[in-house]
Amino acid sequence: MRETPLSNCERDFLLKSIEAKKRLDGRQTYDYRNIKITFGTDYGCCTVCLGKTRVLAQVSCELVPPKDARPTEGLMFFNLELSPMASPGFQSNRQSELLVTLNRQLERCLRNSRCIDTESLCVISGEKVWQIRVDVHVLNHDGNLMDAASVAAISALSHFKRPEVAIQGRDVTVFSPEERDPVPLSVYHMPICVSFAFFQQGTYLLVDPCEKEEQVMDGLLVIAMNKHREICFIQSSGGIMLLKDQVLRCSKIASVKVSEITELISKALENDKRVRKEGGKFGFAESVAKERITVLTREEAPLEMTDVQATADEIISKADAPPEVVPSPVIVATGTGQVGEGLQSTWGLEDDDDEEEEMSDLTEREKKKDEVMVISDSEEEEVVILNQAGQSKCS
Amino acid sequence: MAGLELLSDQGYRLDGRKATELRKLQARMGVFGQADGSAYMEQGNTKALAVVYGPHEVRGSRSKSLHDRAVINCQYSMATFSTAERKRRPHGDRKSSEMSLHLKQTFEAAVLTQLYPRSQIDIYVKILQSDGGNYSACVNAATLALVDAGIPMRDYVCACTAGFVEDTPLADLCHAEESGGGTTLSLALLPRSESIALVQMDARLHQDHLPALMEAATVACKGLSKVLDDVVRQHLQEVSVQTRE
Repeated sequence: MRETPLSNCERDFLLKSIEAKKRLDGRQTYDYRNIKITFGTDYGCCTVCLGKTRVLAQVSCELVPPKDARPTEGLMFFNLELSPMASPGFQSNRQSELLVTLNRQLERCLRNSRCIDTESLCVISGEKVWQIRVDVHVLNHDGNLMDAASVAAISALSHFKRPEVAIQGRDVTVFSPEERDPVPLSVYHMPICVSFAFFQQGTYLLVDPCEKEEQVMDGLLVIAMNKHREICFIQSSGGIMLLKDQVLRCSKIASVKVSEITELISKALENDKRVRKEGGKFGFAESVAKERITVLTREEAPLEMTDVQATADEIISKADAPPEVVPSPVIVATGTGQVGEGLQSTWGLEDDDDEEEEMSDLTEREKKKDEVMVISDSEEEEVVILNQAGQSKCS
Repeated sequence: MAGLELLSDQGYRLDGRKATELRKLQARMGVFGQADGSAYMEQGNTKALAVVYGPHEVRGSRSKSLHDRAVINCQYSMATFSTAERKRRPHGDRKSSEMSLHLKQTFEAAVLTQLYPRSQIDIYVKILQSDGGNYSACVNAATLALVDAGIPMRDYVCACTAGFVEDTPLADLCHAEESGGGTTLSLALLPRSESIALVQMDARLHQDHLPALMEAATVACKGLSKVLDDVVRQHLQEVSVQTRE
């Protein structure tokens, strides 16, 4: 199945709102979505949620003979999968452009920047080295896969511990975690990608584009940096014209974002370590208990809720009491009675209070539904519902 | 860096160039009879062939055609004998498909594709000998081939690499300088407007050095554009002399 294209209306709306410096989810131009990093029960397993984008990274290792050219260095292997589960646009067996780009960028970001000490992965020079394999699976696609993947991969690598080995002559013994404590990889620095989307031939710039924004963007610039303000890779794509100043400005923004994200990762790692030590619930076990794993979880709306109660009371006090509608049972056929549902609508005809039409329309419609179930004093019930909603949101 | 001294105390590089010096550039246009446009390019020891077909009707699945502009189809391949170790697959591996994609994106930015709706332009590039700067050699060769094919572009697309050794930006890296693991920046530039069609960089570089490196690459690209312009003019002269006779 092909990716659903955006309609012209949506496209125009998005572009216009970007021109007005507004975004669909209420973010500012340089804002990231919420990043949540969770670790699994195993070492080297990490899920990253970037808004609704979800990415899972799993690190594993095995002993392999090294490459001839570098007999004393361990190997790093990266693989990113776009499963059709994540988006209907992804096809399982095709080497799509997106897949190639993401894979190569991940590889360049993490291998070419030498963030992992590969020489420490050597067991016997020229014979056996550790191969570290990083599998990144995209679980849900809501834009900006690259950033999510890079955060997931580097967090998983920092979390991962390989088994301890002992060498006696030419014999290599690999110890299980029960026998000897596994050793973590030596991570020199954490390269993190930051994506910039360009619109209207580079006039407008957004950080962390969501899926809809990605569909209308003209071009993308990905900059990977670490917290020492070293740029690990830059890649522009999408056939737009950039200017040198734009690239330099993006690199400055990236340095700020990267330091924030690095902070977040180290906090998550520390937290995981602490919880593991205490023997508490960690990883996915924790997330299941809080019912975070499903899509149906409701995010707290970042809205001002302080004066909701007052405003609601005010509206209700101003509003006229809706005309009382006495439900009259209708006998359709002998032996059946019907109330409410299926009746001919009468409220449009006898409605005479013109001020705030919509309000009364809505309340009345709701009331009609209510009355099907329970026949009670409707106005009081209305107030109670609002109170509850307001209080629960406030608390 | 394997102990290789990339920049001597006297300011000379491995192959005797100064820091900002480019390699010798030689190019010919119109090397194939069958193609709509073609070019051969030597940048030092890096040799590339580029062939352009089109604009023509969209081949293959009709669904690929765009109603408002032309599709650019790029294929990058490396001859099996182009590197020191014999290559098994000339194209189709991850690196080559990435390179094809980058070339495509570069030329989508530079070619006036909106002039040819519902059509396709094919660009095939082959590296005959690889000695660093493959991407830039391909872009430069493809630019000449596109000029030879008479396809309108915003400007020449000139690409060049730049590296950074001991606080000095080096222009136009050769293979030894590139493979040392140092910073490599590839820049595809439209020299007149100084707008960047594609930029990519690998390996670590401190943020403060980026402006200097980009400046060095920009200067190198501008130098390249003069050479390309000369090649085009010379080719035109030859052709016009031939047709007059």
